[in-house]
Amino acid sequence: MTIAVIDYGMGNLRSVSKALEHVADSEAVVVTADPAVVAAAERVVFPGQGAMPDCMRELDARNLREAVLAAAKNKPFLGICVGEQMLFERSEEGDVAGLGVFPGVVRRFPEAQMVDASGARLKVPHMGWNEVRQAPHALWSGIADGSRFYFVHSYCVQTITPGLTTGTTVYGLPFTCAVGRDNIFAVQFHPEKSARDGLQLLKNFVEWRP
Amino acid sequence: MLAKRIIPCLDVTAGRVVKGTNFVGLRDAGDPIEIARRYNEQGADEVTFLDITASSDQRDIILHIVEACAEQVFIPLTVGGGVRKVEDVRRLLNAGADKVSMNTAAVQNPDLVFDASSKVGSQCIVVAIDAKQVAPGKWHVFTHGGRNDTGLDAIEWAKKVEALGAGEILLTSMDRDGTKNGFDLPLTRGVSDAVGIPVIASGGVGNLQHLADGVSEGRADAVLAASIFHFGEYTVRQAKEYMAARGIEVRL
Repeated sequence: MTIAVIDYGMGNLRSVSKALEHVADSEAVVVTADPAVVAAAERVVFPGQGAMPDCMRELDARNLREAVLAAAKNKPFLGICVGEQMLFERSEEGDVAGLGVFPGVVRRFPEAQMVDASGARLKVPHMGWNEVRQAPHALWSGIADGSRFYFVHSYCVQTITPGLTTGTTVYGLPFTCAVGRDNIFAVQFHPEKSARDGLQLLKNFVEWRP
Repeated sequence: MLAKRIIPCLDVTAGRVVKGTNFVGLRDAGDPIEIARRYNEQGADEVTFLDITASSDQRDIILHIVEACAEQVFIPLTVGGGVRKVEDVRRLLNAGADKVSMNTAAVQNPDLVFDASSKVGSQCIVVAIDAKQVAPGKWHVFTHGGRNDTGLDAIEWAKKVEALGAGEILLTSMDRDGTKNGFDLPLTRGVSDAVGIPVIASGGVGNLQHLADGVSEGRADAVLAASIFHFGEYTVRQAKEYMAARGIEVRL
C-alpha cells in the first residue's frame, strides 16, 4: 500500500507529503521520481508548482510522462494545482501542450473580467481562501458545500463541463476548480494548505475506492 | 467570494519567538511551532515568520522551525528575514515555506526579485516594503528598521517589484509600526490601487476596527498583526467575527 507523490523537481513537495502522512499511514507515503515506484504504487498524487511549461519540460526530462499517464488510467489519482492544469489539453501559459487526459484549455484570468460586484479590481494571482461549490463526489465526503480552500494561481480552466467538473469557484468569472472522472480527481486549490477541510479531502482520497 | 485574509506575524530569533506572547494554556509561549498551531486552531488564514536573527551562524535554525511547522500546521506559511540570494529562497521553500519575503536585498539588488520569481514562480515571492511618510501623500522606502531612507517612492517601488515578478506585497508603515494607532490607510490604499497583485497591510494595529479599516478603507487584500494576537487581547476568530459583522468576506 504505497501512495506515490510524484517529484519532477518543481518545488516543494514536503507540505503535500506531510499532509498525506497526517491522514494516512506515514510509512505508505513516498516522494518519488522513479517511474517504477509510480507504477507499483497503489495511489498516485500529482502536484505541481510554478509555470506549466517548466513543469511539462521537467516531467519529460525525468521520463515520467508515461508513468503519469498509466497511473491516470487505472489507479486512484489526485492532481493538485499545476498538477490539475497539466491534465488538460493545453495551457495559454507559454502556449504549451498538456497531457490531454481531460478536454479543455487552461487560460489566464481575463483582465477585463477582474472586477467584483462592487466594481473593485480583483488581484491576480487569485490568492487566498475561496468558496468551492461542489458537484456530488466521494472526495467531498464530510466537507460542507461552499467550504473554502486555499488557492494561489493566475491560470485556470474556464469551461465548466457537466460530468467532469466536480467543483466550481467564482473569481471574476466561474471556473472549474475540481474535476473528476473514474479514478481521477484533480483540484486547482491546495488541499495540503487548506486546514481541516483540506486534510479531510486528502483523507477521503486515501480511503477512496473508485 | 475570495475572503480577506488575517495573518498573525511572529518575530523569531535563534529559534524563539520574541516580543513575547502570553497565550493561556501554552506549555511554552516562546515556541514558534506551538504558537503557529494555536493560530491555526483559531482560524488564521496564513502565518508569517520573520527571522530577525542577527548572527549569520544561527541562520539555519529557521530552516528547522519551518520544517517542523510544515509537518504540523496545514495553512500557508510565509518566511522572511535575511533572504539575500535565490539559494536562500530555495532553501526556505524546500524546508516547507510556501512564500518567501524579501526586503533590503530587493532594494539593493532588484534583479533578485526577477531571478527568484523566474526560478520558483511569482506566487512564492513576497516583497516587503517598509515605508515612511516624507511629505503629505508621499512615502519613501526605508531599510534597516526605518533608519535608512533609500529615496525610492513607495508606490513607484511597489509597481516596479510587481513588474519584476513579485506575487504579493507586504506593506509596513514605519510611522505606525508599534503605535497601535491603526494602519496608514492612505499609504495602503495608494499602493493597493497602484498594483494588480495582492497587498498585505501591516504596522499599527491596536484594535479590531483597525483591521476592518485596512480592508475597507485601505483596500488591502490581507491584514497582518502581531501584538493584538500575541498578548491574547483578541483571538483571530474574534477578529474575523468582527470583520464579518461589518460586511467583510472572511473565512469563518
